[in-house]
Amino acid sequence: MSGTEKFGVLARVLHWGMAVMVVAMLFIGAAMVASPTAYDALQDVHRPLGMLILVFTVVRFVNRLRHRPPTLPPAMGRWERVAAKGSEYLLYALMFTLPLIGWGMLSAAGYPIVLYGPLRLPGLLPSDPALYAMLRQAHTVLAYLLFAAFLTHACAVLFHTLVLRDRLLGRMGFRMTFRRG
Amino acid sequence: MSEGATPPPVTPHRPELSRRSALLGLAAIGGVGTAGIGGLAYAGGRFPADRLTPARFADRFEQVYGKHAGFRRNHAKGVSASGYFTANGAGAAVSRATVFVPGRTPVTGRFSLSGGLPDAPDAAPTVRGLGLLFPLPDGEQWRTAMINLPVFLDRTPQGFYARMLAAQPLPGTGKPDPEKMAAFLAEHPETAKAMAVVKRHPPTSGFDDSTYNALNAFRCTNEAGDTVPVRWALKPAGPVRPADTNAPPPGRDHLFDALIAKVAQNPLRWRLLLTVGRPGDPTDDATAPWPGDRRTIDAGTLTIDSVQTEAAGNARDVNFDPLILPDGIAASDDPLLSARSAVYSQSFTRRAGEPKTSSPVDVAKAQQTQKGQ
Ligand code: HEM
Ligand code: HEM
Repeated sequence: MSGTEKFGVLARVLHWGMAVMVVAMLFIGAAMVASPTAYDALQDVHRPLGMLILVFTVVRFVNRLRHRPPTLPPAMGRWERVAAKGSEYLLYALMFTLPLIGWGMLSAAGYPIVLYGPLRLPGLLPSDPALYAMLRQAHTVLAYLLFAAFLTHACAVLFHTLVLRDRLLGRMGFRMTFRRG
Repeated sequence: MSEGATPPPVTPHRPELSRRSALLGLAAIGGVGTAGIGGLAYAGGRFPADRLTPARFADRFEQVYGKHAGFRRNHAKGVSASGYFTANGAGAAVSRATVFVPGRTPVTGRFSLSGGLPDAPDAAPTVRGLGLLFPLPDGEQWRTAMINLPVFLDRTPQGFYARMLAAQPLPGTGKPDPEKMAAFLAEHPETAKAMAVVKRHPPTSGFDDSTYNALNAFRCTNEAGDTVPVRWALKPAGPVRPADTNAPPPGRDHLFDALIAKVAQNPLRWRLLLTVGRPGDPTDDATAPWPGDRRTIDAGTLTIDSVQTEAAGNARDVNFDPLILPDGIAASDDPLLSARSAVYSQSFTRRAGEPKTSSPVDVAKAQQTQKGQ
């Protein structure tokens, strides 16, 4: 594969780094609201890791706008391209809004928003329990939508890679050449 | 499939698509999808169905007390309060928290009775609570929720959860099923022991002369970086009277009415006492008292000079989460703390999203009746 067929190095590093972070966040979020024992410890990881995702999402989106991604495999049909683009933007939108909602809902609940030790975020919204309840609900719905979007994305790429064998995955890979047989 | 349109990509050997490899690929994808969904459902406590989650905790409160929209799932009956804390500086010996620097911090509080009924009739043996929120400089906060028992009745969240069912009053007698309670106590000797300690500390006459104990241990760190285990309590500054058990059957809200009348006469005061544990004192067992000779620091005075009917913007909308702590105070290894934080959050989320009805404890109404007398 030639270099132009791949995403840039920064894009690839951000992609895999954030993939791990986002999946970890989904599991941490689900586990903390289900575990009385681990709730506090997981919250302490959930908040800073979530805010880190927000920062990386902004960096990644700016990088994405500044660099054209490699073209999609030519065999992909029109609707398939639309779906691929659409799910890409959906993932960006969710990775951006989820941390903001998390931040906003803690402000609306009137809690101090501790990142690490004495490091705190300022309130984003005024204290308002009804607003908190709404945002809390939205955080759950969007988190599970993100999970669905992530799984669909992963399965689609695996389908291309394992069934169609068009090496879609290679575009995000780190090996410069792809030798087989 | 052809790679027609786009120029060159030098394609090395590409294995032919075979039915077998396609099926294997599909199976692998199915496996990834199933593992993902199943894994998240497991992490999220969907199964096994008897796992103790904060949601199931809140469900049990609703099962035992009924569901009362807009009210707390526990300590549902209450009144908002406000005042201030005056630190004398002595607390700085164990904690660098700014609340202990000499000076005044405004306080939002809430007096409550335990149980999930917002209009339960006041009774002397019902556990009394006091929640406090200290807003500190730079957006820091200290929140604490304390009760008038000398020890807590459960060591673990599982114990609390099981006791709720065992202690549920039967419809006929209004008393718990003695067999269920006996079975519970046989399994939880720590609760039986704690109940004996509680018996030796009968309740006082009212909210104003109760001692409120945080019961869970915390870890305090001072400027020098030394960390010690601490349990804190609020001791009434005025005289303490025992509850009058021979009085005629009083009104539904007599404890709250008395509190409202007392605050109207004079501000109420408590001393904030920090008891410092020694190595070996249990920090993970709220049912076990510390030896009586432990060093106690009088850190200052809490003054409550006003009470308000629960309403938007006052203590009604506060979650007195015991893990909202300032720098200088941290959680201990007590398993109740994380569980309380999780269940209070669940209770707060539920009530925050529900429609509100007015609180049965109505300060203006009580004051009017008191004026008429
Ligand atoms: C990409 C970022 C994030 C993801 C994927 C994520 C995911 C989740 C998930 C899956 C849950 C459990 C939802 C449920 O089952 O009801 C959750 C809950 C929560 N998240 Fe996030 N989250 C993110 C960012 C944040 C941020 C930045 C904050 C705060 C600064 C935050 C605060 C919370 C809180 C407070 C809860 C609920 C705790 C409770 O109800 O007691 N989240 N999150
Ligand atoms: C695992 C053990 C416990 C559970 C599951 C539990 C549960 C609850 C719940 C659900 C609430 C209502 C929260 C809200 O909606 O804001 C509450 C309030 C309260 N709890 Fe606990 N609790 C536990 C242990 C304790 C302990 C050890 C203390 C005292 C030392 C305590 C004192 C209070 C007080 C004073 C309130 C009322 C605070 C207010 O006015 O909002 N609880 N509890």
